[in-house]
Amino acid sequence: MNENVLNGTRGGKSGGWLHYFANPGRFMRVARPALPWLAAFSIALTAAGIIWGYQFAPADWEQGDAARIMYVHVPAAWAAMSGYAALAVCSLLSIVWRHPLADIAAEEIGPVGAAFTFVCLVSGSLWGRPMWGAYWVWDARLTSVLLLFFLYLGHIALIRAFDNKAHGYRAAAILALVGAINLPIIVFSVQWWNTLHQGNTISFSGGSKIYVTMLYPLLISSLGFYMSFFTLVVARICAAIAERKTRSLLLAAAEQTP
Amino acid sequence: MNPWPFINGAYGVTVLFLVGAGVLTWARYRRAMARLAQAETL
Repeated sequence: MNENVLNGTRGGKSGGWLHYFANPGRFMRVARPALPWLAAFSIALTAAGIIWGYQFAPADWEQGDAARIMYVHVPAAWAAMSGYAALAVCSLLSIVWRHPLADIAAEEIGPVGAAFTFVCLVSGSLWGRPMWGAYWVWDARLTSVLLLFFLYLGHIALIRAFDNKAHGYRAAAILALVGAINLPIIVFSVQWWNTLHQGNTISFSGGSKIYVTMLYPLLISSLGFYMSFFTLVVARICAAIAERKTRSLLLAAAEQTP
Repeated sequence: MNPWPFINGAYGVTVLFLVGAGVLTWARYRRAMARLAQAETL
C-alpha cells in the first residue's frame, strides 16, 4: 500500500492527495453526510428536467412529440458513457496503485452503468420505432452502445468469476481498460460510418443544432442523470465498505470466542 | 403513427428504473449501516 496512506499524510510524493482520499475510512467520513444532499439534488434536477421536457418544451419541427424521448435517452447515454470512463479510471488506479477503494468503486459502478445503458437502449428503441419503423437496426451507434452494455455485464461477471476476489478485480480492471477503446467508437460512430442514428446535435465547440428551449431541459435532465449516477455509486460504495467492515468485525469476534 | 405510447413508454421505463434503483440502493445502504452498527457493539 502507498506510504502516504499508511502515514495518513496528505502531502508527500506526487499524487499524495489522491492516496489520502482513497482511504475507505476517510471516504466514508466525507461521503455519508453528503449523501442526503446528493440524493435531494439528484431527485430535484432529474424531476425538473424530465417534467420540463415532457410537458413544457416545444415539439420538434420534424419529429414532433416523439423527440421528447430525447430528454431521457440522451442523458442516460451520456451518464452510461461517463460511468464507463470512470470505471476505466478506477481500473487504472487499481492496477497502478492497488487502491482498495478503486476496486470497490469499480465493482459498484458496473451494475449502475449497466442499468443506465439498458435505459439508453430501451428508450432509443422506443424512439426508433416511430422514426425508423423498427425497434432495432444493426447501426454502428446502436451496436457500439450494445457492446458497452455487454462490457458492463462482462465486468460484473468477471469480478465474481474467481474464488480469489483480488484475481477477479485484476481481470475485470484489464477488461475495463481494454473496453475503453469502445468509448471513442461510440462518440465518432456517427461520423465514421453512414448511420441511421442521427449525428451529434450538441457541440461544445459551438454550432449546436438545438434551440435553447429544448437545450435547457436537456442539460438539466443530463445534470440530474449524472447526479443520480454519482449518488447511486457513492451510496453503493458506502454500503460495500460497511459490509466489509461488518464482516471483519464479525470474524474478529468469532476468533476471540473460546 | 401516434408517438405518445412510445414517449410514455420511454418515460415509464426511465422513471421505474430510477425509482427502483434508488429504493434498492437505499435499502442496501440502510441494511449495511444497521448491520455495521450492530457489529460494532459486539
